[in-house]
Amino acid sequence: MTSAIIFPIFVSFINLYTMNFEFSEEHKMIRQAARDYAQRELLKDVLERDAKAEIPWDHIKNLTELGFFGMMVSPEWGGGGMDTISYVLAMEELSKVDSATAVILSVHNSLVCWGVEKYGTPEQKEKFLRPMGSGEKIGAFLLSEPEAGSDATHQRTVAEDKGDYYLLNGTKNWISNANSGQIYIVIAQTHPEKGHHGINAFIVDKDTPGITLAPHEDKMGMRSSDTHSVMFSEAKVPRENRIGEDGFGFKFAMKALEGGRIGIAAQALGIAAGAMERAVQYSKERKAFGKYLSHHQAIAFKLADMGLKVENARNLILKSAWHKDNGLSYGTLSAMAKLYAADMAMEVTTEAVQILGGYGYVKEYHVERLMREAKLTQIYEGTSEIQKIIISREMLRD
Amino acid sequence: MKILVCISNVPDTTTKIRFTDDDTRFDTASVQWIINPWDELALTRALELKEGSGGSIEKVTVVNVGPKESEPTIRKALAIGADDAVRIDAEPLDAHVVAGELAGHIRNNPYDIVLCGIDSSDYNGSLVGGMLAELLDLPSVSSVSKLNIENDEITINREIDGGSEILSTETPFVAIVQKGIALEPRIPSMRGIMMARKKPLNVVEAAGAEPLTEFVRFELPPPKAACKMVDEENIRELVALLHNEAKVL
Ligand SMILES: Cc1cc2nc3c(=O)[nH]c(=O)nc-3n(C[C@H](O)[C@H](O)[C@H](O)COP(=O)(O)OP(=O)(O)OC[C@H]3O[C@@H](n4cnc5c(N)ncnc54)[C@H](O)[C@@H]3O)c2cc1C
Repeated sequence: MTSAIIFPIFVSFINLYTMNFEFSEEHKMIRQAARDYAQRELLKDVLERDAKAEIPWDHIKNLTELGFFGMMVSPEWGGGGMDTISYVLAMEELSKVDSATAVILSVHNSLVCWGVEKYGTPEQKEKFLRPMGSGEKIGAFLLSEPEAGSDATHQRTVAEDKGDYYLLNGTKNWISNANSGQIYIVIAQTHPEKGHHGINAFIVDKDTPGITLAPHEDKMGMRSSDTHSVMFSEAKVPRENRIGEDGFGFKFAMKALEGGRIGIAAQALGIAAGAMERAVQYSKERKAFGKYLSHHQAIAFKLADMGLKVENARNLILKSAWHKDNGLSYGTLSAMAKLYAADMAMEVTTEAVQILGGYGYVKEYHVERLMREAKLTQIYEGTSEIQKIIISREMLRD
Repeated sequence: MKILVCISNVPDTTTKIRFTDDDTRFDTASVQWIINPWDELALTRALELKEGSGGSIEKVTVVNVGPKESEPTIRKALAIGADDAVRIDAEPLDAHVVAGELAGHIRNNPYDIVLCGIDSSDYNGSLVGGMLAELLDLPSVSSVSKLNIENDEITINREIDGGSEILSTETPFVAIVQKGIALEPRIPSMRGIMMARKKPLNVVEAAGAEPLTEFVRFELPPPKAACKMVDEENIRELVALLHNEAKVL
């Protein structure tokens, strides 16, 4: 008798609490496509590009043809219409080999395309999103300044309201895709007296008179991603290029970064997973004291720790991506994902170098490069310290 | 002109091979399935030919003899760019079943060019292509490393001992392709992946071809000694390996 009563309740519970960790067929194909491209093409010249700090133009072109640039933009605007999970899978696979190329993709997709699609007017979308959705033009996101990094509220770049247009003056620092990109989103102060409520965001064509680039930064890692300071001197930006209401700029930037962090977290994940794969392989080939490294428990346990951390990061990132795709709030989750993934990438890559010993310290074996690349994920799109501020603020909110 | 590419659904080349049922069956648990690599190259070449044909090749179709479980692999072929697909609903128990089922389908739905891979990376039988051509009574060319069509003239390179033979042929024919047919398998684009489910995948009933093979027992080969590949330009690594690992220098 009892089982007859319990059974229907049980069934309805299953429906209510369905959880599914399975990827769709499309997800698997996207992951494989990114993996194939990375292992077959990016790997060929990644060391050379790192040494020469060259922009990967050919790869940008190929990845555009494959549809990775603009992959989450709606097909209505010429994009791939894919979800954030797909994007995470692609970012991980590309970053296993070459996170410098992957960051060009990340800034374009999750900051610039997303921002214009979410908050742009139909006219702005027609003019700017369409060429970005197809990857014909690449986006850059200009928030940081020489004196406004973590504290982005104190913008010194000024956008003076001149009626039909805004006049931009000031300097942006550390701008990824400053050279490879064509469409800039620029954050600038219009009403200093209102503090960060006076900030605006603008869509700006790089060829606007009054914009100049400083030389390419000579960086520790991600050397073939182009990073420049960008100077604005009396640059005229049409009024219709402002995103949202007057004063929406700071909120806009923070919203864009919430999603951007998922991309950077996935990048950190890829860097760590790439280093781990190399360490696993190496430990099965290299012998010390008469046995393979993998048969020394001290090494095997390091690998176990790496595997655990990589899997943890992956789950947290996919969860935040899933929240984003399902219209749930994801700001805190994506901050956690980025914080955890970036710190873990630093640990895992450092251990990978350790496992490879002297070979780990030379360029040919890739792990030292992955370690240099991991470091940046703790810094940009909000440092690890800033992620902790975001997370704890949310936890302590009354 | 219409091209048919026969694709088989095989375990990923990195799969750990295990057997069940007293070593008489391949254990398919937790296997990652892929398009047989030669077939994927054949498909890539077929698409290249179609794209360069200025419209004279109207369609590239893929066909698979297999159960419903092979549909993800078929859809991957559609994502790569095949126009449509046919799945003949039968267990591919041996080469005779596969060739027999393919022949049954092709007899009713003729194609100008039929491409098969030289072998499938699971059973490596190298039987289906030749058997299929015989059953259909079509000319066939084996070991094809190049296939070109220019102004409806078909030229084929066939690998022979110490060189290669250049042949021409008329349609319809069966080409059994190998290394060289295309440089690398094509990676599906995001658009292709999203389109795959929208393309026709027609499931047809099996004609009832019978297997001629009985599997008595499978055995794993003895493990190979470790072999390391060193890039030809990477002399430093080679010297380091000879010194530190092989300890012969
Ligand atoms: C290669 C590269 C690419 C970049 N790309 C872009 C880009 O495309 N667009 C863009 O806008 N920006 C970009 N940035 C800028 C990046 O986001 C900033 O560097 C980052 O936000 C940190 O700012 P900062 O460098 O001014 O450091 P600061 O803000 O000066 O921080 C210095 C240190 O103090 C810590 N700190 C600061 N405030 C606090 C606090 N309240 N509590 C605890 N610790 C604190 C920080 O965590 C950090 O450890 C990029 C940076 C780099 C290096």
